[in-house]
Amino acid sequence: MAQCQTESHLAAPAKQNNLKLHEHTNKITTAYFPTTKNPPPPHTSGNPISAFDSPTTHMTRNPDSEPEARKPTRTGMRLIVPLQGIVQGRGGLLLGSLIPCALVYFFQVYLKRHRSSNPQSPSTSAENLPELHRSSSRANLLTRGSIGRVHVSARASSIAKPNDSPYYIGLDRVREDPYDEMNNPNGIIQLGLSENRLSLDLIEEWLSRNLSGSMLAEGGDDLNIRGIATYQPSDGLMELKVAMAGFMTEVMGRTVSFNPSSVVLTSGATSALEILSFCLADQGNAFLVPTPYYPGFDRDMRWRTGVELIPVHCRSCDDFTLSIKALDQAFNQARKRGQKVRGVLISNPSNPVGNLLSRVMLYDLLDFARERNIHIISDEIFAGSTHGNEEFVSMAEILNSEDSDRDRVHIIYGLSKDFSLPGFRVGVIYSFNENVLAASRKLTRFASVSTPTQRLVVSMLSDTQFTQEYMKTNRERIKTMHDLFVEGLRELGIESAKSSACLYCFVDMSRFISPYNEKGELELWDKLLNIAKINVTPGSACHCIEPGWFRCCYTTLNEKEIPLVIERIRKVVETCKLSG
Amino acid sequence: MKKTRNSTTPTTGGGGATTAMRVIVPLQGVVQGRGGLFLGSVIPCALFYFLQLYLKGRGGRKSDDPPAPPESSPSETHLPEVSTLHRVHSRLLLSPRGTNGPAQVSSRANAISKQVDGPYYVGLKRSVDDPYDEMNNPDGVIQLGMAENRLSLDMVQEWLAEHTRESIICQDLSISGIAAYQSFDGLMELKVVVAGFMSQVMEKPQFFNPAQIVLTAGATPAIEILSFCLADPGNAFLVPSPYYPDLDRDVKWRTGVEIVSVPCRSADNFSLSTTALDRAFNQAKKRGLKVRGIIISNPSNPVGILYNREMLYSLLDFATDKNIHIISNEIFAGSTHGSEEFVSMAEIIDTEDFDRNRVHIVYGLSKDISLPGFGIGVIYTFNENVLSAAKKLARFSPVSSPTQRLLISMLSHTKFVQRFIKINRERVRRMYYLFVGGLKLLGIECTKSNGGFYCWADMSCLIRSYSEKGELELWEKLLNVAKVNATPGSSCHCVEPGWFQLCFSTLREKDIPVVVERIRKISETCISRS
Repeated sequence: MAQCQTESHLAAPAKQNNLKLHEHTNKITTAYFPTTKNPPPPHTSGNPISAFDSPTTHMTRNPDSEPEARKPTRTGMRLIVPLQGIVQGRGGLLLGSLIPCALVYFFQVYLKRHRSSNPQSPSTSAENLPELHRSSSRANLLTRGSIGRVHVSARASSIAKPNDSPYYIGLDRVREDPYDEMNNPNGIIQLGLSENRLSLDLIEEWLSRNLSGSMLAEGGDDLNIRGIATYQPSDGLMELKVAMAGFMTEVMGRTVSFNPSSVVLTSGATSALEILSFCLADQGNAFLVPTPYYPGFDRDMRWRTGVELIPVHCRSCDDFTLSIKALDQAFNQARKRGQKVRGVLISNPSNPVGNLLSRVMLYDLLDFARERNIHIISDEIFAGSTHGNEEFVSMAEILNSEDSDRDRVHIIYGLSKDFSLPGFRVGVIYSFNENVLAASRKLTRFASVSTPTQRLVVSMLSDTQFTQEYMKTNRERIKTMHDLFVEGLRELGIESAKSSACLYCFVDMSRFISPYNEKGELELWDKLLNIAKINVTPGSACHCIEPGWFRCCYTTLNEKEIPLVIERIRKVVETCKLSG
Repeated sequence: MKKTRNSTTPTTGGGGATTAMRVIVPLQGVVQGRGGLFLGSVIPCALFYFLQLYLKGRGGRKSDDPPAPPESSPSETHLPEVSTLHRVHSRLLLSPRGTNGPAQVSSRANAISKQVDGPYYVGLKRSVDDPYDEMNNPDGVIQLGMAENRLSLDMVQEWLAEHTRESIICQDLSISGIAAYQSFDGLMELKVVVAGFMSQVMEKPQFFNPAQIVLTAGATPAIEILSFCLADPGNAFLVPSPYYPDLDRDVKWRTGVEIVSVPCRSADNFSLSTTALDRAFNQAKKRGLKVRGIIISNPSNPVGILYNREMLYSLLDFATDKNIHIISNEIFAGSTHGSEEFVSMAEIIDTEDFDRNRVHIVYGLSKDISLPGFGIGVIYTFNENVLSAAKKLARFSPVSSPTQRLLISMLSHTKFVQRFIKINRERVRRMYYLFVGGLKLLGIECTKSNGGFYCWADMSCLIRSYSEKGELELWEKLLNVAKVNATPGSSCHCVEPGWFQLCFSTLREKDIPVVVERIRKISETCISRS
């Protein structure tokens, strides 16, 4: 009888009335004291099964307790810790630890379930309160009741959030209110978008001469429409790869020849970067990136891939050049945090500073990568936009001459900067790694270049006379603009970092920011945008560690606009001086 | 405490059970004390929790390591690099800085580059390498595996020959209109004409709103972007099978999302039933998979049937009930050839009071205006959140501006578009009847279909063993002996063996007898052997 009573505690303690149970157990314990005082030995040791029985339970516990004093505690325990009986039996040590653990585990699982469905709801529903209202009222009318708003994925809701970086805010502002000499003289002047409009007239001229011939070759028989309208390999037409490899060879100074079969074409360098990020790193891995770096890297490398970027800070006192020591330090810190570094991402010529990586530096970098067994992504999209006397050295050239293990080097190129055709969306992955090439070829299904554009670009790039002329003129024009712009700024007492490439200058306005920190920098940026009406990119958007630096892109201007820009900057700078 | 121990030891001299317990469960003392009930449960729990933490910490570190195996696996990574490896070693002797072997790529890249292509991709490659040509390569492989429409290319060509020039550089638009940066999600002008084109193709008055459109470089990235936006890694979509083979790559590859197929059977003419959906949903739930939506293709690919109004309503009911999304791929909307009416999901949403936030439509210009090379995809969504995320993600698959300009003028040329749609539909219908008729002569029946450039043929009478193996044997025979590339049902995840998708729109009328003749040879050997 006693046995089955205790069993009922074990089975369903919660269902029973607490008070009733209390009385019950009191009875049992008192009833059993006499017998348990003199326990029959065979009961405990001889019969292991009986170890689970309640008599044995009491028997083992009894000797160590004075019945009167302990009674309430023990009964209480009986009630609330239903496992007591088991714990004290033979299987006790196992079950007594397993069962609570299992309980905690299931509790955790339960919590996890609940938590995972929750987090999206506050953000999505909070934004759309009025709509929520509507759908619930609708549920009353219709038999088809809606459970609530349907959730989007967590990654989409983080991407869908409004832009918070000044880089993108500035770009949006210009789009809404662009400067135009005639129609909107008070509009915002764009110095934040890295686009080259200096030589568009050359492209236009070429197009007007050759357009119809290039897309649908003259004659127009059946083969031509098939050549542009039907499915083509997603990684680009072979003709374009050949033309592109030739163009790259030319741009990089003919010191290295690019192999068309290592070229993968993508819809812009943006997609090229993302594909490489997918191919070289897994979720949670990281790339080392020397700062200041191009603000778009954050989106391109990280958004969908789940890869992290670790800034490696370069300073103005070194002319923002990279040091292997800093790289090493960042690498070790990441490793200490348990983060796996899969590569170094450099831009050469560097965006936003505009300096070139020297040959020695490139060798050191390669050694560093080899030592750590990591990749190098070299973004050389500005290779042809140099304007100084310094020589540009491609990563490909280093590899050729040293003949080392090349499969860790990947080069990004595109026609957006050097050939001023960002609207065409033509990017290039040039990799020495067969595995990466194979994977990225397959991934271009998500980022292919449209065929009419490819045909157009093929004939444009194959016209070598035109490309050579274009590159020469374009370089000269960039140089003129650079010199004019830098000179103008110098008159205001604003110095720029030494640069010999790219479409920007990276200027030091730290004298004009009032608290010497990011806040001060953003205040000045705000003033430039809203009072002076010019959009520049603040250094903080480029992860520059020193406050007060700004990237100004001058290739969207024409020569006569430079005095205007300088004038607008002067106004703001003077108020800063006065208040300072 | 001491007293306790002393008194127990003698009693249990015979039975070691209690002593053992005392010794091994150190909490015994605590449990029996006054705070027992509390401590006795908290302490094991805490211990267990810390154990989990410890395991997690180690597990985390471990899960970082797996990328390593691919690198050390002797398979393809190393083999092509044997020569480089060798060289590296010799360098190692020269320079003090040693190398640790070839740089490893990510495990996801490895998975993608090493994935063995299924018969669908093998067949496509074969027919690209050795294409049939009446004059130059009469023994080449005839392509019936690619859903591409070449029936009306002449009209497109005619238009392009006349208008390419002025459409790309029109007088009033300067070069910066095509060369400069544009918003990644497409030019507004193109969105307007695409919305108009969609309405025209679906034969409905203008009800597509250009502001709800995101343009991408083809329908492939459109589906991937939606997959990113609607599901997190490890979540799943329900997809009625058979479904077209590319969907696996589009939905799953980079997103980490799963597909749960919902089998449809020939007995129901491969139409979807909500009971099957419900069963798949519950099974997925049991497996711990979170289902975030349904992906349908309407007209369905590969079968070619249309979803009727009632089915669309019950789908929406189902989605509402489970609070999930619907992606409706309507890329073949304008390529119907039967008498049945095509009903877009957008229309249902328009007429009934459903929650529009859960409906997303995928469209493209690859099929209905036969311009796959242009690579224009459309995401049409009613959900503000998805719209803004998709617009930002379009940076990874933008359409190049010259192409956009070209299409703007092509699609705004209403007379051309109307004529094209009409003639193209007639041609598709004619080819469909010719092709199905030819197959019927061989005793091969096709499911009754109303849309698409393909028919879904039942060749189960020709397979030797009624299984996937038998089906693939037949596929191989078709490809290598008959030199016809068809897509086997198993590539489309069809549960019944012996079905093949045959796409007829890459053929010319006079090619049909050739195809039928080639299949006849195979069918004769199959039948005679059995």
